[in-house]
Amino acid sequence: MDVLTDNFSLYGKGFLGTVELTVYASALALVLGFVMASFRVAPVGSFRVIGTVWVTVLRNTPLTLLFFAVMLGLPRFGLVLPFELFAVLALGCYTSAFICEALRSGINTVPLGQGEAARSLGMTFSQTLSAIVLPQAFRTVIPPIGSTLIALAKNSAIAGAFSVTELLGTYRTLSELGYDIVWTFVWIAAGYLIITLTISALFHLLERHWGVAR
Amino acid sequence: MTSATALYDIPGPAARRRHLLYGLASTALILALAGWILHLLFDTGQFTAAKWTPFAYKGIQELLLRGLGNTLKAFAYASVLSLALGAVLAAGRLSEHRAPRWVSTLLVEFFRAMPVLVMIFFIFVALKVQPLPALVAGLTLYNGSVLAEVFRTGVHAVARGQGEAAYALGMRKTQVMTYVLVPQAVRAMLPAIISQLVVALKDTSLGFLITYEEFLHAGKLIASNLDYDLPFIPVVLVISPIYIGMCMLLSWFAGWVARRERRSPRTKAADVAPAEPETLLPGQQ
Repeated sequence: MDVLTDNFSLYGKGFLGTVELTVYASALALVLGFVMASFRVAPVGSFRVIGTVWVTVLRNTPLTLLFFAVMLGLPRFGLVLPFELFAVLALGCYTSAFICEALRSGINTVPLGQGEAARSLGMTFSQTLSAIVLPQAFRTVIPPIGSTLIALAKNSAIAGAFSVTELLGTYRTLSELGYDIVWTFVWIAAGYLIITLTISALFHLLERHWGVAR
Repeated sequence: MTSATALYDIPGPAARRRHLLYGLASTALILALAGWILHLLFDTGQFTAAKWTPFAYKGIQELLLRGLGNTLKAFAYASVLSLALGAVLAAGRLSEHRAPRWVSTLLVEFFRAMPVLVMIFFIFVALKVQPLPALVAGLTLYNGSVLAEVFRTGVHAVARGQGEAAYALGMRKTQVMTYVLVPQAVRAMLPAIISQLVVALKDTSLGFLITYEEFLHAGKLIASNLDYDLPFIPVVLVISPIYIGMCMLLSWFAGWVARRERRSPRTKAADVAPAEPETLLPGQQ
Protein backbone atom coordinates (compact mmCIF):
# COMPACT_ATOMS: atom_id res chain seq x y z
CA MET A 1 0.00 0.00 0.00
CA ASP A 2 2.76 2.46 0.90
CA VAL A 3 4.20 2.12 -2.60
CA LEU A 4 1.28 4.24 -3.75
CA THR A 5 1.15 6.70 -0.84
CA ASP A 6 4.93 7.30 -0.81
CA ASN A 7 5.15 7.87 -4.54
CA PHE A 8 1.84 9.46 -5.26
CA SER A 9 3.35 12.29 -7.29
CA LEU A 10 5.41 9.88 -9.40
CA TYR A 11 2.37 7.71 -10.11
CA GLY A 12 0.31 10.82 -10.73
CA LYS A 13 2.82 12.11 -13.24
CA GLY A 14 2.87 8.76 -15.03
CA PHE A 15 -0.92 8.55 -15.00
CA LEU A 16 -1.27 12.05 -16.41
CA GLY A 17 1.37 11.23 -19.03
CA THR A 18 -0.65 8.25 -20.22
CA VAL A 19 -3.89 10.27 -20.20
CA GLU A 20 -2.26 13.11 -22.17
CA LEU A 21 -0.76 10.70 -24.68
CA THR A 22 -4.15 8.99 -25.08
CA VAL A 23 -6.09 12.23 -25.53
CA TYR A 24 -3.72 13.83 -28.05
CA ALA A 25 -3.20 10.63 -30.01
CA SER A 26 -6.98 10.00 -30.04
CA ALA A 27 -7.58 13.47 -31.45
CA LEU A 28 -4.96 12.92 -34.16
CA ALA A 29 -6.30 9.42 -34.91
CA LEU A 30 -9.91 10.61 -35.19
CA VAL A 31 -9.01 13.48 -37.54
CA LEU A 32 -6.66 11.42 -39.70
CA GLY A 33 -9.04 8.47 -39.64
CA PHE A 34 -11.89 10.69 -40.81
CA VAL A 35 -9.77 12.09 -43.65
CA MET A 36 -8.66 8.62 -44.71
CA ALA A 37 -12.22 7.24 -44.48
CA SER A 38 -13.46 10.03 -46.74
CA PHE A 39 -10.63 9.17 -49.12
CA ARG A 40 -11.69 5.53 -49.11
CA VAL A 41 -15.29 6.26 -50.04
CA ALA A 42 -14.42 9.07 -52.50
CA PRO A 43 -15.51 8.82 -56.14
CA VAL A 44 -11.95 9.61 -57.29
CA GLY A 45 -9.89 6.48 -57.88
CA SER A 46 -6.54 7.83 -56.78
CA PHE A 47 -7.99 9.03 -53.45
CA ARG A 48 -9.29 5.52 -52.81
CA VAL A 49 -5.86 4.08 -53.57
CA ILE A 50 -4.20 6.47 -51.11
CA GLY A 51 -6.69 5.55 -48.38
CA THR A 52 -6.39 1.82 -49.04
CA VAL A 53 -2.58 1.87 -49.01
CA TRP A 54 -2.54 3.92 -45.78
CA VAL A 55 -4.90 1.51 -44.02
CA THR A 56 -3.39 -1.73 -45.33
CA VAL A 57 0.18 -0.76 -44.50
CA LEU A 58 -0.49 0.69 -41.06
CA ARG A 59 -2.84 -2.09 -39.97
CA ASN A 60 -0.17 -4.65 -40.73
CA THR A 61 2.72 -2.77 -39.12
CA PRO A 62 3.75 -3.84 -35.63
CA LEU A 63 3.41 -0.76 -33.42
CA THR A 64 6.84 -1.39 -31.89
CA LEU A 65 8.37 -1.21 -35.36
CA LEU A 66 6.52 2.04 -36.04
CA PHE A 67 7.74 3.54 -32.78
CA PHE A 68 11.26 2.30 -33.55
CA ALA A 69 11.18 3.88 -37.02
CA VAL A 70 9.60 7.17 -35.94
CA MET A 71 11.48 7.76 -32.68
CA LEU A 72 14.91 6.77 -33.94
CA GLY A 73 14.47 7.26 -37.68
CA LEU A 74 12.99 10.74 -38.13
CA PRO A 75 15.85 12.46 -36.23
CA ARG A 76 18.20 11.16 -38.97
CA PHE A 77 16.45 13.53 -41.37
CA GLY A 78 17.08 16.44 -39.03
CA LEU A 79 13.55 16.37 -37.62
CA VAL A 80 14.16 16.67 -33.89
CA LEU A 81 11.00 16.89 -31.79
CA PRO A 82 10.26 16.03 -28.15
CA PHE A 83 9.73 12.30 -27.58
CA GLU A 84 6.14 12.92 -26.51
CA LEU A 85 5.32 14.44 -29.90
CA PHE A 86 6.89 11.52 -31.74
CA ALA A 87 4.89 9.12 -29.58
CA VAL A 88 1.63 10.97 -30.34
CA LEU A 89 2.52 10.91 -34.04
CA ALA A 90 3.22 7.16 -34.09
CA LEU A 91 0.20 6.22 -31.96
CA GLY A 92 -2.14 8.58 -33.81
CA CYS A 93 -1.13 7.41 -37.29
CA TYR A 94 -1.31 3.74 -36.27
CA THR A 95 -4.76 4.09 -34.69
CA SER A 96 -6.09 6.24 -37.55
CA ALA A 97 -6.04 3.15 -39.78
CA PHE A 98 -8.42 1.34 -37.42
CA ILE A 99 -10.63 4.42 -36.97
CA CYS A 100 -10.81 4.73 -40.76
CA GLU A 101 -12.00 1.15 -41.14
CA ALA A 102 -14.61 1.59 -38.41
CA LEU A 103 -15.93 4.76 -40.06
CA ARG A 104 -15.93 3.21 -43.51
CA SER A 105 -17.89 0.16 -42.42
CA GLY A 106 -20.27 2.51 -40.60
CA ILE A 107 -20.88 4.47 -43.80
CA ASN A 108 -21.36 1.23 -45.71
CA THR A 109 -24.13 0.12 -43.34
CA VAL A 110 -26.29 3.06 -44.48
CA PRO A 111 -28.67 1.57 -47.06
CA LEU A 112 -28.29 2.74 -50.65
CA GLY A 113 -31.92 3.89 -50.76
CA GLN A 114 -31.29 6.49 -48.07
CA GLY A 115 -28.87 8.42 -50.26
CA GLU A 116 -31.03 7.95 -53.35
CA ALA A 117 -34.09 9.23 -51.51
CA ALA A 118 -32.14 12.25 -50.27
CA ARG A 119 -30.92 13.09 -53.78
CA SER A 120 -34.36 12.64 -55.30
CA LEU A 121 -35.62 15.23 -52.80
CA GLY A 122 -33.02 17.57 -54.32
CA MET A 123 -30.52 17.53 -51.49
CA THR A 124 -26.98 18.51 -52.39
CA PHE A 125 -23.97 16.30 -51.64
CA SER A 126 -23.13 18.10 -48.40
CA GLN A 127 -26.76 17.97 -47.26
CA THR A 128 -26.98 14.24 -47.99
CA LEU A 129 -23.76 13.71 -46.09
CA SER A 130 -24.53 15.84 -43.04
CA ALA A 131 -28.27 15.22 -42.66
CA ILE A 132 -28.72 11.65 -43.88
CA VAL A 133 -25.60 9.52 -44.08
CA LEU A 134 -23.34 10.69 -41.25
CA PRO A 135 -25.99 10.72 -38.48
CA GLN A 136 -26.89 7.11 -39.28
CA ALA A 137 -23.28 6.04 -39.68
CA PHE A 138 -22.32 7.74 -36.39
CA ARG A 139 -24.75 5.56 -34.46
CA THR A 140 -23.25 2.31 -35.67
CA VAL A 141 -19.60 3.30 -35.25
CA ILE A 142 -19.74 4.16 -31.53
CA PRO A 143 -18.78 0.68 -30.18
CA PRO A 144 -15.93 -0.03 -32.65
CA ILE A 145 -14.46 3.45 -32.16
CA GLY A 146 -14.67 2.99 -28.39
CA SER A 147 -12.77 -0.27 -28.49
CA THR A 148 -10.21 1.25 -30.88
CA LEU A 149 -9.57 4.12 -28.46
CA ILE A 150 -9.26 1.65 -25.58
CA ALA A 151 -6.68 -0.22 -27.64
CA LEU A 152 -4.90 3.11 -28.17
CA ALA A 153 -4.78 3.77 -24.42
CA LYS A 154 -3.32 0.32 -23.87
CA ASN A 155 -0.85 0.70 -26.73
CA SER A 156 0.45 3.94 -25.22
CA ALA A 157 2.38 1.74 -22.77
CA ILE A 158 4.88 1.10 -25.57
CA ALA A 159 5.83 4.79 -25.51
CA GLY A 160 7.15 4.30 -21.97
CA ALA A 161 9.81 1.95 -23.28
CA PHE A 162 10.96 4.74 -25.62
CA SER A 163 11.65 7.15 -22.74
CA VAL A 164 8.32 8.99 -22.68
CA THR A 165 6.90 9.73 -19.23
CA GLU A 166 3.87 7.49 -18.77
CA LEU A 167 2.39 5.01 -16.35
CA LEU A 168 4.26 1.80 -17.16
CA GLY A 169 7.62 3.62 -17.12
CA THR A 170 7.20 4.44 -13.41
CA TYR A 171 8.15 0.88 -12.47
CA ARG A 172 11.78 1.58 -13.42
CA THR A 173 12.19 4.42 -10.93
CA LEU A 174 10.33 2.55 -8.21
CA SER A 175 12.33 -0.64 -8.53
CA GLU A 176 15.52 1.45 -8.32
CA LEU A 177 14.17 2.95 -5.09
CA GLY A 178 13.77 -0.60 -3.79
CA TYR A 179 10.00 -0.84 -3.52
CA ASP A 180 8.20 -4.17 -3.74
CA ILE A 181 7.94 -4.85 -7.46
CA VAL A 182 4.66 -6.77 -7.30
CA TRP A 183 2.83 -3.93 -5.54
CA THR A 184 4.37 -1.45 -7.97
CA PHE A 185 2.71 -3.35 -10.79
CA VAL A 186 -0.58 -3.72 -8.93
CA TRP A 187 -0.92 0.07 -8.86
CA ILE A 188 0.19 0.42 -12.48
CA ALA A 189 -2.47 -2.13 -13.45
CA ALA A 190 -5.04 -0.21 -11.40
CA GLY A 191 -4.13 2.97 -13.27
CA TYR A 192 -4.66 1.33 -16.65
CA LEU A 193 -7.93 -0.21 -15.47
CA ILE A 194 -9.16 3.25 -14.46
CA ILE A 195 -8.34 4.64 -17.91
CA THR A 196 -9.76 1.77 -19.97
CA LEU A 197 -12.89 1.42 -17.85
CA THR A 198 -13.51 5.19 -18.05
CA ILE A 199 -13.33 5.14 -21.85
CA SER A 200 -15.52 2.05 -21.88
CA ALA A 201 -18.12 3.66 -19.60
CA LEU A 202 -18.07 6.83 -21.69
CA PHE A 203 -18.79 4.91 -24.88
CA HIS A 204 -21.47 2.79 -23.19
CA LEU A 205 -23.13 6.07 -22.25
CA LEU A 206 -22.81 7.39 -25.81
CA GLU A 207 -24.22 4.15 -27.14
CA ARG A 208 -27.16 4.22 -24.75
CA HIS A 209 -27.90 7.76 -25.87
CA TRP A 210 -27.21 7.57 -29.60
CA GLY A 211 -26.86 3.90 -30.48
CA VAL A 212 -29.16 1.99 -32.80
CA ALA A 213 -31.85 0.01 -31.00
CA ARG A 214 -31.26 -3.61 -31.89
CA MET B 1 -16.49 2.63 -59.31
CA THR B 2 -16.38 -0.80 -57.76
CA SER B 3 -19.41 -0.61 -55.46
CA ALA B 4 -22.21 1.90 -55.10
CA THR B 5 -22.53 3.82 -51.85
CA ALA B 6 -25.32 5.94 -50.45
CA LEU B 7 -23.03 8.95 -50.73
CA TYR B 8 -23.26 9.99 -54.37
CA ASP B 9 -24.83 9.20 -57.70
CA ILE B 10 -23.12 7.57 -60.65
CA PRO B 11 -21.07 10.49 -62.03
CA GLY B 12 -22.02 12.08 -65.33
CA PRO B 13 -19.59 13.43 -67.96
CA ALA B 14 -18.87 16.74 -66.17
CA ALA B 15 -18.32 15.03 -62.82
CA ARG B 16 -16.08 12.44 -64.48
CA ARG B 17 -13.94 15.21 -65.99
CA ARG B 18 -13.69 16.87 -62.59
CA HIS B 19 -12.76 13.57 -60.94
CA LEU B 20 -10.07 13.01 -63.55
CA LEU B 21 -8.66 16.44 -62.72
CA TYR B 22 -8.67 15.66 -58.96
CA GLY B 23 -7.10 12.30 -59.66
CA LEU B 24 -4.27 13.79 -61.73
CA ALA B 25 -3.64 16.53 -59.17
CA SER B 26 -3.51 14.11 -56.23
CA THR B 27 -1.27 11.69 -58.15
CA ALA B 28 1.09 14.54 -58.96
CA LEU B 29 1.10 15.55 -55.28
CA ILE B 30 1.87 12.00 -54.14
CA LEU B 31 4.64 11.66 -56.72
CA ALA B 32 6.12 14.96 -55.58
CA LEU B 33 6.01 13.77 -51.96
CA ALA B 34 7.69 10.48 -52.87
CA GLY B 35 10.32 12.36 -54.84
CA TRP B 36 10.96 14.68 -51.91
CA ILE B 37 11.39 11.71 -49.53
CA LEU B 38 13.74 10.04 -52.00
CA HIS B 39 15.70 13.29 -52.27
CA LEU B 40 15.87 13.47 -48.48
CA LEU B 41 17.14 9.89 -48.32
CA PHE B 42 19.88 10.63 -50.87
CA ASP B 43 20.64 13.99 -49.31
CA THR B 44 21.30 12.50 -45.87
CA GLY B 45 23.46 9.80 -47.46
CA GLN B 46 21.25 6.77 -46.76
CA PHE B 47 22.22 5.03 -50.00
CA THR B 48 26.00 5.09 -49.55
CA ALA B 49 27.76 1.77 -50.09
CA ALA B 50 29.10 1.73 -46.51
CA LYS B 51 25.56 1.52 -45.11
CA TRP B 52 24.36 -1.22 -47.44
CA THR B 53 27.35 -3.57 -47.75
CA PRO B 54 26.72 -5.20 -44.33
CA PHE B 55 23.59 -6.83 -45.77
CA ALA B 56 25.85 -8.76 -48.16
CA TYR B 57 27.80 -10.31 -45.25
CA LYS B 58 26.90 -13.85 -44.31
CA GLY B 59 27.11 -13.12 -40.56
CA ILE B 60 24.63 -10.26 -40.81
CA GLN B 61 22.25 -12.30 -42.92
CA GLU B 62 22.41 -15.13 -40.40
CA LEU B 63 21.78 -12.67 -37.56
CA LEU B 64 18.67 -11.37 -39.32
CA LEU B 65 17.44 -14.87 -40.13
CA ARG B 66 17.98 -16.00 -36.55
CA GLY B 67 15.97 -12.99 -35.40
CA LEU B 68 13.20 -13.82 -37.85
CA GLY B 69 13.27 -17.43 -36.65
CA ASN B 70 12.92 -16.30 -33.04
CA THR B 71 9.98 -14.05 -33.97
CA LEU B 72 8.24 -16.96 -35.70
CA LYS B 73 9.03 -19.26 -32.78
CA ALA B 74 7.42 -16.87 -30.29
CA PHE B 75 4.45 -16.49 -32.66
CA ALA B 76 4.01 -20.26 -33.00
CA TYR B 77 4.10 -20.86 -29.24
CA ALA B 78 1.85 -17.90 -28.51
CA SER B 79 -0.77 -18.83 -31.10
CA VAL B 80 -1.01 -22.49 -30.09
CA LEU B 81 -1.17 -21.66 -26.38
CA SER B 82 -3.65 -18.80 -26.79
CA LEU B 83 -5.96 -21.00 -28.88
CA ALA B 84 -5.85 -23.57 -26.06
CA LEU B 85 -6.40 -20.93 -23.36
CA GLY B 86 -9.17 -19.36 -25.41
CA ALA B 87 -10.94 -22.72 -25.69
CA VAL B 88 -10.68 -23.30 -21.93
CA LEU B 89 -11.89 -19.81 -21.01
CA ALA B 90 -14.74 -19.98 -23.52
CA ALA B 91 -15.82 -23.34 -22.10
CA GLY B 92 -15.74 -21.73 -18.65
CA ARG B 93 -17.85 -18.77 -19.77
CA LEU B 94 -20.39 -21.06 -21.44
CA SER B 95 -20.57 -23.37 -18.42
CA GLU B 96 -23.85 -23.89 -16.60
CA HIS B 97 -22.05 -23.86 -13.25
CA ARG B 98 -21.67 -20.51 -11.59
CA ALA B 99 -18.10 -20.84 -10.28
CA PRO B 100 -16.24 -21.53 -13.55
CA ARG B 101 -18.40 -18.97 -15.33
CA TRP B 102 -17.52 -16.21 -12.88
CA VAL B 103 -13.84 -17.08 -12.72
CA SER B 104 -13.43 -17.12 -16.49
CA THR B 105 -15.48 -13.95 -16.94
CA LEU B 106 -13.26 -12.19 -14.42
CA LEU B 107 -10.07 -13.44 -16.10
CA VAL B 108 -11.26 -12.57 -19.60
CA GLU B 109 -12.38 -9.07 -18.63
CA PHE B 110 -9.19 -8.36 -16.67
CA PHE B 111 -6.75 -9.53 -19.31
CA ARG B 112 -8.63 -7.74 -22.07
CA ALA B 113 -8.53 -4.45 -20.15
CA MET B 114 -4.79 -4.69 -19.37
CA PRO B 115 -2.11 -3.60 -21.87
CA VAL B 116 -0.18 -6.66 -23.12
CA LEU B 117 3.06 -4.84 -22.41
CA VAL B 118 2.20 -4.42 -18.71
CA MET B 119 1.62 -8.17 -18.41
CA ILE B 120 4.82 -8.97 -20.29
CA PHE B 121 6.83 -6.58 -18.11
CA PHE B 122 5.22 -7.92 -14.95
CA ILE B 123 6.12 -11.50 -15.86
CA PHE B 124 9.61 -10.47 -17.00
CA VAL B 125 10.53 -8.06 -14.19
CA ALA B 126 8.53 -9.16 -11.15
CA LEU B 127 8.45 -12.92 -11.71
CA LYS B 128 12.01 -12.89 -13.17
CA VAL B 129 11.18 -15.15 -16.12
CA GLN B 130 13.36 -15.52 -19.23
CA PRO B 131 12.40 -13.21 -22.16
CA LEU B 132 10.87 -15.88 -24.45
CA PRO B 133 8.53 -17.46 -21.86
CA ALA B 134 7.63 -13.99 -20.55
CA LEU B 135 6.70 -12.80 -24.06
CA VAL B 136 4.78 -15.97 -24.87
CA ALA B 137 2.93 -15.90 -21.53
CA GLY B 138 1.92 -12.26 -21.93
CA LEU B 139 0.73 -12.77 -25.50
CA THR B 140 -1.10 -15.97 -24.51
CA LEU B 141 -3.00 -14.32 -21.64
CA TYR B 142 -4.13 -11.41 -23.79
CA ASN B 143 -4.89 -13.19 -27.05
CA GLY B 144 -6.35 -16.20 -25.22
CA SER B 145 -8.86 -13.91 -23.51
CA VAL B 146 -9.81 -12.20 -26.76
CA LEU B 147 -10.11 -15.57 -28.53
CA ALA B 148 -12.33 -16.83 -25.70
CA GLU B 149 -14.74 -14.00 -26.52
CA VAL B 150 -14.51 -14.84 -30.22
CA PHE B 151 -15.34 -18.52 -29.55
CA ARG B 152 -18.20 -17.56 -27.26
CA THR B 153 -19.66 -15.13 -29.79
CA GLY B 154 -19.35 -17.88 -32.39
CA VAL B 155 -21.26 -20.42 -30.32
CA HIS B 156 -24.00 -17.86 -29.68
CA ALA B 157 -24.09 -17.01 -33.39
CA VAL B 158 -25.13 -20.53 -34.39
CA ALA B 159 -28.86 -20.58 -35.11
CA ARG B 160 -30.89 -21.52 -32.02
CA GLY B 161 -32.67 -24.37 -33.76
CA GLN B 162 -29.39 -26.27 -34.14
CA GLY B 163 -28.86 -26.66 -30.40
CA GLU B 164 -32.58 -27.24 -29.75
CA ALA B 165 -32.73 -29.99 -32.37
CA ALA B 166 -29.67 -31.67 -30.88
CA TYR B 167 -31.20 -31.58 -27.38
CA ALA B 168 -34.46 -32.93 -28.77
CA LEU B 169 -32.55 -35.90 -30.19
CA GLY B 170 -31.47 -36.63 -26.61
CA MET B 171 -27.86 -35.43 -26.80
CA ARG B 172 -26.09 -34.31 -23.63
CA LYS B 173 -24.75 -30.77 -23.32
CA THR B 174 -21.19 -31.95 -24.05
CA GLN B 175 -22.40 -33.75 -27.16
CA VAL B 176 -24.42 -30.76 -28.32
CA MET B 177 -21.32 -28.61 -27.90
CA THR B 178 -18.75 -30.92 -29.49
CA TYR B 179 -20.84 -32.35 -32.32
CA VAL B 180 -23.16 -29.50 -33.22
CA LEU B 181 -22.32 -26.03 -31.94
CA VAL B 182 -18.51 -25.82 -31.76
CA PRO B 183 -17.76 -27.17 -35.28
CA GLN B 184 -20.14 -24.62 -36.82
CA ALA B 185 -18.94 -21.83 -34.53
CA VAL B 186 -15.28 -22.42 -35.39
CA ARG B 187 -16.06 -22.42 -39.11
CA ALA B 188 -17.94 -19.16 -38.81
CA MET B 189 -15.29 -17.58 -36.59
CA LEU B 190 -12.22 -18.79 -38.49
CA PRO B 191 -11.60 -15.41 -40.19
CA ALA B 192 -11.83 -13.57 -36.86
CA ILE B 193 -9.53 -16.15 -35.22
CA ILE B 194 -6.88 -15.76 -37.92
CA SER B 195 -7.14 -11.97 -37.67
CA GLN B 196 -6.49 -12.24 -33.95
CA LEU B 197 -3.39 -14.29 -34.77
CA VAL B 198 -2.22 -11.35 -36.91
CA VAL B 199 -2.43 -9.25 -33.74
CA ALA B 200 -0.33 -11.87 -31.93
CA LEU B 201 2.24 -11.84 -34.74
CA LYS B 202 2.48 -8.05 -34.61
CA ASP B 203 2.80 -8.10 -30.84
CA THR B 204 5.75 -10.51 -30.89
CA SER B 205 7.75 -7.37 -31.67
CA LEU B 206 7.11 -6.31 -28.06
CA GLY B 207 9.78 -8.88 -27.23
CA PHE B 208 12.25 -6.25 -28.47
CA LEU B 209 11.45 -4.20 -25.35
CA ILE B 210 12.35 -7.05 -22.97
CA THR B 211 15.61 -7.89 -24.82
CA TYR B 212 14.22 -11.01 -26.51
CA GLU B 213 16.47 -11.58 -29.52
CA GLU B 214 13.80 -11.33 -32.20
CA PHE B 215 13.76 -9.70 -35.62
CA LEU B 216 13.63 -6.07 -34.48
CA HIS B 217 16.38 -6.76 -31.94
CA ALA B 218 18.62 -8.10 -34.71
CA GLY B 219 17.88 -4.98 -36.73
CA LYS B 220 18.78 -2.73 -33.80
CA LEU B 221 22.11 -4.57 -33.37
CA ILE B 222 23.04 -3.88 -36.99
CA ALA B 223 21.72 -0.31 -36.89
CA SER B 224 23.90 0.63 -33.93
CA ASN B 225 27.10 -0.70 -35.49
CA LEU B 226 29.63 2.11 -36.01
CA ASP B 227 31.70 0.03 -38.46
CA TYR B 228 28.85 0.16 -40.94
CA ASP B 229 28.27 3.90 -40.45
CA LEU B 230 25.12 3.41 -38.29
CA PRO B 231 22.85 2.06 -41.07
CA PHE B 232 19.58 2.80 -39.24
CA ILE B 233 17.44 3.80 -42.21
CA PRO B 234 18.68 0.90 -44.39
CA VAL B 235 17.81 -1.49 -41.57
CA VAL B 236 14.29 -0.04 -41.32
CA LEU B 237 13.98 -0.24 -45.12
CA VAL B 238 14.94 -3.91 -44.99
CA ILE B 239 13.02 -5.19 -41.95
CA SER B 240 9.72 -3.30 -42.27
CA PRO B 241 8.74 -4.82 -45.64
CA ILE B 242 9.40 -8.29 -44.21
CA TYR B 243 7.34 -7.62 -41.06
CA ILE B 244 4.51 -5.90 -42.93
CA GLY B 245 4.61 -8.56 -45.63
CA MET B 246 4.24 -11.39 -43.11
CA CYS B 247 1.28 -9.71 -41.41
CA MET B 248 -0.34 -8.81 -44.74
CA LEU B 249 -0.02 -12.40 -45.90
CA LEU B 250 -1.80 -13.64 -42.78
CA SER B 251 -4.47 -10.89 -43.05
CA TRP B 252 -5.02 -11.78 -46.68
CA PHE B 253 -5.37 -15.44 -45.69
CA ALA B 254 -8.03 -14.46 -43.13
CA GLY B 255 -9.91 -12.56 -45.84
CA TRP B 256 -9.61 -15.49 -48.24
CA VAL B 257 -10.97 -17.90 -45.61
CA ALA B 258 -13.86 -15.52 -44.93
CA ARG B 259 -14.80 -15.36 -48.62
CA ARG B 260 -14.50 -19.12 -48.96
CA GLU B 261 -16.54 -19.90 -45.84
CA ARG B 262 -19.29 -17.52 -46.91
CA ARG B 263 -19.78 -19.57 -50.05
CA SER B 264 -19.68 -22.87 -48.18
CA PRO B 265 -23.05 -24.59 -47.51
CA ARG B 266 -21.72 -25.69 -44.11
CA THR B 267 -21.96 -22.19 -42.66
CA LYS B 268 -25.67 -21.73 -43.32
CA ALA B 269 -26.58 -21.83 -39.63
CA ALA B 270 -24.14 -19.10 -38.54
CA ASP B 271 -23.02 -15.85 -40.15
CA VAL B 272 -19.33 -15.87 -41.05
CA ALA B 273 -17.50 -13.14 -39.10
CA PRO B 274 -15.62 -10.47 -41.05
CA ALA B 275 -11.85 -10.90 -41.16
CA GLU B 276 -11.17 -8.31 -38.48
CA PRO B 277 -9.87 -8.44 -34.92
CA GLU B 278 -12.44 -8.39 -32.12
CA THR B 279 -13.99 -4.96 -31.48
CA LEU B 280 -16.21 -5.55 -28.46
CA LEU B 281 -16.16 -2.92 -25.74
CA PRO B 282 -15.08 -4.40 -22.40
CA GLY B 283 -18.14 -5.44 -20.44
CA GLN B 284 -20.28 -5.61 -23.56
CA GLN B 285 -22.14 -8.84 -24.16
